[in-house]
Formats: sequence, C-alpha cells, structure tokens
Amino acid sequence: MPDANSLYGPLDPAPDAGWTQAPPRMGFFTDTSVCIGCKACEVACKEWNGVPDGGFDLLGMSYDNTGALTANSWRHVAFIEQPRPAGQRTPPFAGDPTGPTTGSPASASVGAGTTTDTGTSPGLPPGRGEPAARMAAGPEFLGMPGAQPPGRGTGAESRTDFRWLMMSDVCKHCTHAACLDVCPTGSLFRTEFGTVVVQEDICNGCGYCISACPYGVIDQRKDDGRAWKCTLCYDRLGAGMTPACAQACPTESIQYGPLDELRDRAAQRVATLHERGVPEARLYGHDPTDGVGGDGAFFLLLDEPEVYGLPPDPVVTTRDLPRMWKRAGLAALAMAAATVAAFVGGSS
Amino acid sequence: MSPDRPVGALFRRFRDRLAADGGVPAESGSRATGVGPGRTDSGAHEARLAPHPPRDTAPTTGRRRRGGKGGGEQLNVPPAEFTSYYGRPVLKPPVWKWDIAAYLFTGGLAAGSSMLAAGGQLTGRPALRRAGRVTSLAAVSASAYFLINDLGRPSRFHHMLRVAKVTSPMSVGTWILSAFGPAAGLAAIAEVAPRLPERGLLGLGRRLLPPTGHAAGLVAAVTAPALATYTGVLLADTAVPSWHEAYPELPVIFAGSALASGAGVGLLAAPPGQAGPARRMAVAGAALELWGAHRVENRLGLLSEPYADGTPGKLLRAGRALTAAGVAGALVGRRSRLLSAASGGALLSAAVCTRFGIFHGGVASARDPKYTVVPQRERAARRA
Repeated sequence: MPDANSLYGPLDPAPDAGWTQAPPRMGFFTDTSVCIGCKACEVACKEWNGVPDGGFDLLGMSYDNTGALTANSWRHVAFIEQPRPAGQRTPPFAGDPTGPTTGSPASASVGAGTTTDTGTSPGLPPGRGEPAARMAAGPEFLGMPGAQPPGRGTGAESRTDFRWLMMSDVCKHCTHAACLDVCPTGSLFRTEFGTVVVQEDICNGCGYCISACPYGVIDQRKDDGRAWKCTLCYDRLGAGMTPACAQACPTESIQYGPLDELRDRAAQRVATLHERGVPEARLYGHDPTDGVGGDGAFFLLLDEPEVYGLPPDPVVTTRDLPRMWKRAGLAALAMAAATVAAFVGGSS
Repeated sequence: MSPDRPVGALFRRFRDRLAADGGVPAESGSRATGVGPGRTDSGAHEARLAPHPPRDTAPTTGRRRRGGKGGGEQLNVPPAEFTSYYGRPVLKPPVWKWDIAAYLFTGGLAAGSSMLAAGGQLTGRPALRRAGRVTSLAAVSASAYFLINDLGRPSRFHHMLRVAKVTSPMSVGTWILSAFGPAAGLAAIAEVAPRLPERGLLGLGRRLLPPTGHAAGLVAAVTAPALATYTGVLLADTAVPSWHEAYPELPVIFAGSALASGAGVGLLAAPPGQAGPARRMAVAGAALELWGAHRVENRLGLLSEPYADGTPGKLLRAGRALTAAGVAGALVGRRSRLLSAASGGALLSAAVCTRFGIFHGGVASARDPKYTVVPQRERAARRA
C-alpha cells in the first residue's frame, strides 16, 4: 500500500520506493555565502563521471560560461553581479546621483541571447534580452571577461559598490521527483540513499523527464540521445565516499552528509549569518513541506531564488495527477456518450 | 562543442552584435513585461534590514519607467516585473520535436475514426465502418512511427514495455496503444474479407474475418476514448507552465478534436445518406474543442498568453475558424457530397491546427522565464 504522501507532502523517499533497511537519506547542502566561484566542482564532476565537455566558448553574459545545468554539466556555477552593498557596509557613493548607464543593460541584453553548442538538447536555450537588461541595470556591468576594473572607464563619480553572488547548482534529488514519476521505462530510479539516478542502459531518450523537471535540470545528450544528470556520485556513495564535487570544494561551500544533519547545520548557518548582519540569507529547498517535499540537495542563498535561475515556488507536477486522470476519464466518458448519441439519435 | 571554431569566436560575435545594437537594450519583449529601472534589489538600503520584497508585482506609482518604453500600448494583462538569471529560461523546454504534435493529431484521428467505425458497424452503415477502420489503422501506424521516431534511442522503443506506471502518462499511453493498435489493425484487415476467394484456406479467412473484425472493432472503439484523452494528461503532467495549468481542459480539447477528426473522415468518405451520425459527431466534437480552447485562452491569466501570441495563437485561431466552417458546412451540406467532403477536410485541418497550436503554446511558455517565475511568485504571495 503506497504512502498517503506518495505524490505530495513530507515523506522519506527510499522506504517509500521499497527499500528495506535503507541507510539515512544523503544529500548536499550548498552554502553559497562561502562559494568563491572556482568551478572546481564542475571539473571534479566531469573528471569522476566522465562527462563530456559542454562547449568551450565564452557566453559574454558574465564570468559564467557554463550557462546552465545540462546533460554535459552536472554542476553549474552561477555568477551574478549586483550593484548593492554587501552586508552592513555603507555604499561609498550612497548620496551621489549614480543613475544607470546604458551600456551595462545593453551588454546583458545581447549576452542573454548568446548560446553555445553544449552537445545536448535543449542544452542552453537562449534567454530574453529584456529581463537580462533589467537584471544588469546597475551602474556597471562587469560581465565581460578582461574588462577594466569598475568605474575606470567611466570615472569615479559613476562608481557604486557591488557584490558578486556565486552558487554551484546541481540536481535537487527531490523527495517527490517528477522526472522519476513520469519515466515510462523505469530508467530513473530511487536509490537506497534517497537520491534519483538514471540507468543509462535502460533510458530510451523519450524526453519526458526533461519536460517534467520543475528545475530544468535533466537534459538530453545529442550524440547518444539519452537523458543525463547528476547521480550524486552513486558509485562513490556505495563505497562510503564523498561525491566528487563536495570532495573538491575548497571552501566547503558544498557539504555532503545525512540530510537531517545537513538541515540542522544549515539552520545554524542561517542564524549565524543573520546575527552577523546578512539578513538576506535564506534557505532554499530545505523544507519537507514545500512543493516537492524538500530537496535532497538544498541551498543557502543570498537573494531571491530566481536571481540564481531557480524557480521561486516549484511544485511537483504529479501532485495534480489524480485530478488529471479524473478529468481525462470524464472527457473520455463525454466522448463515448457523444458518439452513442450521434448514432442512436437523429433521423438519418 | 565545435572543434572547427576557434575559441572566442562566440565572444567576438557577441561584441559585434553589441556594437551593431548601438548600446540600446533590445526591448521588443512581450506585452506583459514592463521594463523598469528596478534592479534585482530595488531598495538596497532596506535590504540591509529585511529581505527585499518579491519583484513580480505590477509596477505601481513611484516606479519610474525608463524612457517610457514598454508601456506604450494598453495592456490587458498587468505588466509583470520579475527577476531571472540573465533572462535565461528556468525550465528546459520540451525536447519533443514536431513528431509529438503530429502524433497528437494521428492518435486522436485513430481514436475518432475507430469509434465512427464501430458505430457504423453496429447500426448498419458499411461506408462509415470501412472508412473508419482503414483510417484508424493508417493513423495508428503513423502514430507508432512518430512516437518511435521522436525517441533519442529509437531502437530501444520496447523499453517502454518493461514497466506499467500510472504516474507516467506515457507508460499508460504505451499500454493503451498496445491494446488499441492490434485491435484496430485486425478490424481493418477484416475489411478485405469480401475480396477473398470463396474456397480453400483463404475462403476460411473470408468466413472467419468478419466476426473477428467485428470483435476487434469493438475492442478498438472501447479503448479509443482512453487513447484520445490520455494525451491531455501526457502534456499536463509536466512542468511546462501553460500545459500544466491547463490540465482540466486539455483532455476535453483533445476528446473534442478526436471526435471532430473521426467525423471528418465520415464526411469525406461516406455518401450523404450514411453520414448523419458523422454530422452529429462533428457538432459534439466541435463544441467540446471550442469550449476547451476558449477556456485555455482566457482562464489562465498570464499563462493564456502563449496560446494567443505568435505562431501558436495563429494556429489556434485558424483551428477555431476551420472548426466553425467545418461544422457549418456539415450542417448546411446535408445533401451535397462535395460540401460534406469539404467540411470533413476542414474539420481534419482544424484538428491539425489545434494540436500544433496547443503543443507550441506550451513550448513557448517553457522558453520564457516569465511564465515560470511570475505565477510561482503569485502563488507564494497568496499562500503567505
């Protein structure tokens, strides 16, 4: 008998998937407040898992040239530049009329449309210029690698303070994983650690998981047609080892461990940051009562989720599945009734 | 990765485009997005004390609009201001190619025509039966082709048969097709019985085929409504905003479209004397389809927009016009074979337009971060 919360609500996923004597649920806590954007996680992941490259070109939108999570990038370090004071520091030119310059939003706008061949589909779809321009509508856009230091080209009077946000994104290993629910081949499965893994010898590339993922994580590799994503290093976990990205992280921004422990640690970290005057620190994906039943990989963010390209309120699509089948049943009945009426009613 | 291209070529192209644009941000966006001066952290000073407010609220007084741009036309949806990661989509748009949109049509056509065939079979209208069965087999074969062709690994299509999962509409659909396909095939094959010789082994076939076809036709007709409506769940059970939120209507639209397609086959193939039920099916199907499409285009607020704009909007409007024309022609042209056939063709074209319109509307909604972020922000705000 499946759990009442099988489709939605708090749940321990491994026992629900049929594992007996499952080990504690394992996961990632990614603390973006200490991320330095070194991308060691991206590299370690590729090295360990033999992930192909995702295109070597510059995107022209920021120091992030990976762009998004794809079948060929299972970790993605997002990079955001914001003209705002970090923490309690006073902006150096707080009183100055430092209106936005037109150059920055323009380059962001053009950069948003840039894409590169990641060898995957849909890979890195182009964005829209307008929201990108709005995002970068600050005094200075530093996204161009090799650009001058802030304000040098425009004069000191146009300088304002700014901050850089860096965040290593990864598959969330949801409690209620839509990709797993909709997979028609059983290729995606729930491991004993509560993570979600694709079996590449089963996947036939139907692409349903890609449309179902509320985070836009899973993606299709073009040359082999199958869907790929982070496995949370299932092979290393089985041997009692730490996943490659967490192992490589030099600042312990990526922490790996039993999910309960990580949630406690994360709550303490947020409290510490609030005490130290970083009121914008918040957790994302830690709550077992959220739309996906909590993420196996959750984050500490310093701004709204959508700034990092995360959905602000994701809900697993299968929450509504019973209602969908009911509507389909009603429509099917209506169809049958209409046909019967068409043949028995009427004169000709 | 393209080894033939020097590293940095993309960046040079980007720089050229930037220079060509003259430093003016492209603001040819959609009608629902206001371009405000508001940066991601409007109110940075307050942010030191409190997390900043959600930014998808409609611009209110006190928010300066840059250069007055973006607010020129009268908007029927309030401009939504939202933040995103460099304007990139949050979701991955569906990787399904046009095959899947085509399958939506052929699957519905197979379902509708097998129901028409069963009706013809039970009420003694051989023209409807024959046309329905043959069309059904052709359409279900095309469906199988489209579905397998769309796979990333077509040679592994049989992996679909490893499991049966109610949480996966695609798995459910696989099993529906597995029941429907052979039945529809058998029913169509039975139509050759009158052409077989009277004696010998083939003569046995001549005697056995009609009752077998009768039974198979009924099995196909019973499975058909499931085949026609599960595709609505198939699309709705995704994170694609405009598909998911339309889940109450999609099965209705697809059921109506399938009925209208079946009716179209009847109108095309049967003499006016036998086409009465097809006319009534056309009316019922068109009513369901038009009602559903109207709801989807109006009920969903911001998420209705992808169904009204661009190519999907054109397709859905064409579908509506063709449906109306087809029904009108079917009712007016009771005695005219030519007019009936023309209206049958119009109904079939309408079904194609509607299916492709719904398909591409959803894809458009996944490509734009606005349709992901703004409704989710509103939902979170309602809950708070």
